[in-house]
Amino acid sequence: MSNSELTEIIKNLSPDAEIEENHQFLIATIPAPQARKALETLRKGENTKFDYLFCLTGVDYPEHIEVVYHLKSTDLEHEMVLKARIDDRVKPEIDTVADIWRTAEFHEREAYDFYGINFKDHPDLRRILLEDDWEGWPMRKDYEDPINMIEY
Amino acid sequence: METLDHSEEITALESQEYFINMGPQHPSTHGVLRLVLTLDGEIIRKVEPHLGFIHRSIEKMCEKDAYTQIVHLTDRMDYLSCHMNNEAVCLAVEQGLEVEIPDRVKVIRTLISELTRISSHTLWWGVMGMDLGAITTFLYGFRDREMITDIFEETCGARLTMNYNVPGGLMDDIHPNFQNRVKAFLEHFKKKLPEYDKLLSNNVIFQERTKGIGILSKEDAISYGVTGPAGRASGFSCDVRKKHPYSAYDQVDFKEILDETGDCYARYKVRIQEMWESMNIIEQLIDNIPEGDFKAPTKAVIKLPKGEYYQRVETARGEFGVYIISDGKKSPYRLKFRSPGFSNLSALDHMARGSKIADMVAIMSTLDLVIPDIDR
Amino acid sequence: MEFSIYDFSTLTNSIHEGLSNSFSPTWVMIIEMSLVGLAFLGLFAVLGVTLVYAERKVSAVIQQRMGPMRVGKWGLLQTIADVIKLVLKEPLMNRQADKLLFGIAPFIIIIASFLAVAAVPFAKGLHALDFDIGILYVSAVSSIGVIGILLAGWSSNNKYSLIGAMRSGAQIVSYELSVGLSLLTIVVLSGSLQFSEIIESQANGWWIFKGHIPAFIAFVVFLIAGTAETNRGPFDLAEAESELTAGFHTEYSGIKFAFFFLAEFANMFIICAIGATVFLGGWMPLHIGDLAGFNAIMDFIPPIVWFGMKVTFLIFLMMWFRWTFPRLRIDQLLKLEWKYLLPINLVNILLMAFIGLMGWHF
Repeated sequence: MSNSELTEIIKNLSPDAEIEENHQFLIATIPAPQARKALETLRKGENTKFDYLFCLTGVDYPEHIEVVYHLKSTDLEHEMVLKARIDDRVKPEIDTVADIWRTAEFHEREAYDFYGINFKDHPDLRRILLEDDWEGWPMRKDYEDPINMIEY
Repeated sequence: METLDHSEEITALESQEYFINMGPQHPSTHGVLRLVLTLDGEIIRKVEPHLGFIHRSIEKMCEKDAYTQIVHLTDRMDYLSCHMNNEAVCLAVEQGLEVEIPDRVKVIRTLISELTRISSHTLWWGVMGMDLGAITTFLYGFRDREMITDIFEETCGARLTMNYNVPGGLMDDIHPNFQNRVKAFLEHFKKKLPEYDKLLSNNVIFQERTKGIGILSKEDAISYGVTGPAGRASGFSCDVRKKHPYSAYDQVDFKEILDETGDCYARYKVRIQEMWESMNIIEQLIDNIPEGDFKAPTKAVIKLPKGEYYQRVETARGEFGVYIISDGKKSPYRLKFRSPGFSNLSALDHMARGSKIADMVAIMSTLDLVIPDIDR
Repeated sequence: MEFSIYDFSTLTNSIHEGLSNSFSPTWVMIIEMSLVGLAFLGLFAVLGVTLVYAERKVSAVIQQRMGPMRVGKWGLLQTIADVIKLVLKEPLMNRQADKLLFGIAPFIIIIASFLAVAAVPFAKGLHALDFDIGILYVSAVSSIGVIGILLAGWSSNNKYSLIGAMRSGAQIVSYELSVGLSLLTIVVLSGSLQFSEIIESQANGWWIFKGHIPAFIAFVVFLIAGTAETNRGPFDLAEAESELTAGFHTEYSGIKFAFFFLAEFANMFIICAIGATVFLGGWMPLHIGDLAGFNAIMDFIPPIVWFGMKVTFLIFLMMWFRWTFPRLRIDQLLKLEWKYLLPINLVNILLMAFIGLMGWHF
């Protein structure tokens, strides 16, 4: 499926979507509350069939937090990037996709661990790489740890 | 701890599930991985991996480091496929800089990648045998791996964490002896690889222990993101070298090894055949290293243009991805490593349920986990 | 004191007579028992050290390396150094362990080995106990060892130990049958359970050659089951280093661990000695029927050397198994015994009884 057709589909799913295209992927940015439904449609749609989530990343921006989903269809061999924009930096929340792609279970735990993004309805949302009693969300840009972090 | 389920009918003897901590120090987790097993006698009901014992916050460190420095950190993740990890970062940076990489570099990178893959697989083979109780394989695997590490040592001075790549090319040119030694190794290894089959693959006990154990269907493999030999053994065609060729992989002719069974034996066989395929790739390239520079000119301080870059490579364990978001400064705004082990491990619970403790060891070793790769 | 390498009974008899001349019969018995005990203590010490060294060197040859080379010439003193290390090590104990059971478990295992070794005929006349029910006795006392393993696993208060002990219990109880039945196959021919008589009955040829194919089958079954009895690879599920860290002796250290270690090697020696005695003629030299000349040449080699060679050969076989095979899983292990070895054995005994009845054996 070509990028223009994908753009069409995403425009239908979320009218607020901002679409850009770089040298690699088609990148669609949509508000977080619409992300789950859009992703589910992209996974299940007959002509999209994005069955392989190869990367899930949390990104911290000064004004908002993003969850980046790198999607690929193993059948149709097309790829795209979907970014869910969470405006609330204090208590970021987004619906989980762990039931759509099983691999998201670990990746969402990692995003929660580093950015404090609360994935609603996640089966087992705990810290994964850090200790259970770690305080703060270390990958956020405003995280401070005077002992372990060296400023240079 | 969750509460135990007592709803099952209590017969003459009451049975109760219990927990066992496999790790953090355990011979067959190959590193500091802790698995909390819920057992019913010897049968596994649930596996809960606890990770992060050697988390070094590499991604956070990358946000402060220059791109040339980041390359060094990737060695310390999947140390058995260090060259491929380096290559992924370098390719991502080169993608951003839009530099033309000399053909010589591409071919050498491919050659070293495949040698690294063979060395990783030989080590895996040895350890796999050891996990199943055949300790002798361990030393046979290391014997052959030693020849490769010697080649690496001569090429770049290091045996394990090589750091041979730099953004734009290679650290230095290959040693004049390189081609001869690689050819000598191929000749040696072609005789030794059938020995592996004789010692382990064709052993009745080994086949009994691995056939039909830890089955992962194709759908599950895709859903869990299990890539590399483990994914391909389930029929998931995920070889990055074929799907998104990088370096010199578009110049060589090789097969993507696929299997349909998805059990431990299939994963085992895929890896063995991958070693043959890697030798095939090396043979095609070893005499055709083009003349030229070993490095494209780059600036001393690399600044990537604003934007995002995703680069994936096929490491010995699966699809390794580097996702760089750059804001135009000398270090990335965000850098994410999609490590294959992390996703592969997530399927462990699904694969191990209902099998025995001994099978658990077999399943883990066929997933070929490298813990620093998972913990990052 | 007379001494002949070919017949130790002259030596033992002269000791007995010497003692009888100066002491009352009760004291003679006590002193003789102590002497025998001391001899076996010495034997165990030597066995442990040499077998550990042998295992290291055999595994080194199989694995294309050199093995210990630093301590002493060819690393000969390496095991001695290890023994010293083990003896000097602190005997640690889990705080929640059952102190009494934890303490006696290694002793039970080592006592079982001592009891079993008493019935082994080393050479002509070199035989501590010659029961008329020798084989029965050996199979009875050798299974006492499993109590020690179970106690060790239970008292350690460690789940890995407990799983190891349970595996070991299931394993030894099952394989005990095959060991017993494969020995019985030969008893059918020899007509006696007494070791000395079994050896005498092989004076014109070893049972493995005389008993046709059934004897050979029994020998193979005995080797498999014997390896399993001693908890050695590929049947080392009780220890299963890659699964259970060290199985039943995970929590043991120092001298108590050394006892388990020693008992493993002693049991290996005992199983091989029994196998050599019953199937390969024990100390009996290789004789072929009535070939007097050939037999005389063979007789020139002392019986104790014959015994040593046979046992060494069998021990080498067991080491070879251990270092080349992967480990079985517990259900496969039990399946192998109950579905294959046991039925084969039972049919084999019938076959052997038939052969014995018809007098078809040599």
